[in-house]
Amino acid sequence: MHADPVGVLTGAHFLDGDHAACEGAIAAGARFSAGYPITPSTEVVERFSARAPKIGATFIQMEDELAASIAILGAVWGGVKAFTVTSGPGFSLMMEHIGYAVMTETPCVFIDVQRGGPSTGLPTLPAQADMMQVKWGSHGDYEIIALCPNSPQECFDLTIKAFNFSEKYRVPVFVMMDEVVGHMTEKVVIPPAEDIEVEPRHWTTKDKSAFQLFAPCGEEQAPEMAKAGDGYKLHVTGLTHDERGYPNMTPAVQERMVKRLVTKIRDNAEKICITEQHDMEDADVVVISYGITSRVAQRAIETARAEGIKVGSLRLITAWPFPEHIIRAIAPKVKGIVVAELNLGQMVREVERCAGGHCRVKLVGHAGGTVHKPEEILKAIQEVVR
Amino acid sequence: MSSPIVSITQPDRNPVEDFLRTDRMPHIWCPGCGIGTTVNCFTRALIESKTDLDRLSIVSGIGCTGRVAGYVNLDSFHTTHGRAIPFATGLKLASPDMTVVVYSGDGDLFAIGGNHLIHAARRNLDIKVICVNNLTYAMTGGQTGPATPLDVITATAAYGTYDPPFNLPQLVDAAGAVFVARWTTFHVKQLARSMAEMFKKKGFGFIEIISPCPTLYQRRNKMGDALDTMKFYKQISKIKHGTPTNEVGLTKSGEIIVGKFVDRERPDFATMMHAHLGEELGDKYIPAEAPVCS
Repeated sequence: MHADPVGVLTGAHFLDGDHAACEGAIAAGARFSAGYPITPSTEVVERFSARAPKIGATFIQMEDELAASIAILGAVWGGVKAFTVTSGPGFSLMMEHIGYAVMTETPCVFIDVQRGGPSTGLPTLPAQADMMQVKWGSHGDYEIIALCPNSPQECFDLTIKAFNFSEKYRVPVFVMMDEVVGHMTEKVVIPPAEDIEVEPRHWTTKDKSAFQLFAPCGEEQAPEMAKAGDGYKLHVTGLTHDERGYPNMTPAVQERMVKRLVTKIRDNAEKICITEQHDMEDADVVVISYGITSRVAQRAIETARAEGIKVGSLRLITAWPFPEHIIRAIAPKVKGIVVAELNLGQMVREVERCAGGHCRVKLVGHAGGTVHKPEEILKAIQEVVR
Repeated sequence: MSSPIVSITQPDRNPVEDFLRTDRMPHIWCPGCGIGTTVNCFTRALIESKTDLDRLSIVSGIGCTGRVAGYVNLDSFHTTHGRAIPFATGLKLASPDMTVVVYSGDGDLFAIGGNHLIHAARRNLDIKVICVNNLTYAMTGGQTGPATPLDVITATAAYGTYDPPFNLPQLVDAAGAVFVARWTTFHVKQLARSMAEMFKKKGFGFIEIISPCPTLYQRRNKMGDALDTMKFYKQISKIKHGTPTNEVGLTKSGEIIVGKFVDRERPDFATMMHAHLGEELGDKYIPAEAPVCS
């Protein structure tokens, strides 16, 4: 299915990442957003609030992030595509409804423009320190999808992809931006609507008596959808439930239901994992990075190559599910892996786990507030290859 | 004797059954609990108001009353604790022609969800809030809640409560609700009619239903069983429509003023939004339409 041309601003633009993400959401078909202001993410919904009345969409300014994050879920069950936007402290408040969205298999998108934490931290300065929170922040076992753009263009592209994944797998999907990407202004090309692939909601065509809202379908293992108001008499609960949606709090149903919530993502991980790889064939060292850090790492990699070091680059565009298969394949072939990230060691834990001792794994951490210096990453490359 | 709201054509069949997910019975509510009574009134209100059941959604939070969503054969959403109203906000805005009813308890709506409640009332969002007030957190064992009167024994007030409760009608009135009423589970006919009236009224409507929790509240406070509570409600309550809401606060054993307190006209959120955006944007304004599955 192609994007609805009503919302697509085809052409070349000069946009920051926040604005580009908003255009991505609109192009993907989002027609509802509820927001609560927080730096450095607010511009996304500021733009949406101005665009919404001209494209048949609705924006509502909610009273807090708890409200914003569940208002979008209500809207989804009303039949629209919906998203919200936040940053660290607000993201913490949204954890409740991230869990509810997972449990009720509500397709939706959260955009987190990461800033320095913990707590109020650095409101206007970057970090990539919500990378574990996005995976584990809500209670219980679950899997989600998280994508990491490194440019305004990717904020546009990956926000569309996030909506598409959310519809395909009936799961909340996260666009994990950071303050620099959010506020960086670059050229963004918005293609014609007919060139934008949009995953439609998978409405059931089943008979009302036969339809089960939580019965898995196809290899995605994601159930078909129905919306309120169409006579299906849906029941949606955050309690452990059976295929009809009825609460059934038994170990057997818990096992069946929660396992499927996890396997629908894990079994499809190779289809969901997007990476960008350069110079990997002969690499002695691989630099793993994501988001804004990948652009700093690029400079370090180029310098190292000029020095004769065989260094490759692996950029995680999909952070979750973690591309385990790729790391497992690389680790035995290289001397070491350098992980550069704007935190004091988050995704590096996954890399270490998947490397399984086959090579050295070195973190180039950073507490946030600014990006790395390329020399810090270069130094780590030189050290690992030695 | 007044005429019955519903004419029962099949005497052996309870008309309420059509509204329930009977395959989910038995329910979890204790003997003597008032929540089932309120659901009975709710279904009769739906019959009386001729609400299109396919176009009605019910949203609950967490707690004993939160379980109502699971038992009614409607599009029903059992959400997170305190967040039924913001969920309903999204649902209503996405499907503006649907009737959206929030059905939850005093703790859910006024403590953890209090912020959402006052803001939805402020916006005059066109949702209908039914609050079963059993004066305690019942699901978790009877702890002190935001509506627990003074000098009452609870699971967390072994020596009696000393923090004053909210007066629920006053709070929602002050926040901007256009319809505010209170009944007890003794007033089944008035309650059903009041609900039907609220469903027809555009804007943020609120009904408080004083309801017994014999297992926790009445027992701990030596107020007898469910039947004693009905007698208490009958004896102590007074129907006084139009009473200023600042005069209807509850005490442990004092008068319970019931009736319709507020019925005012004020444009609802969607009306304000369409009018304003239409005025500001003219032809450029494209109002959101209810989505169609295709």
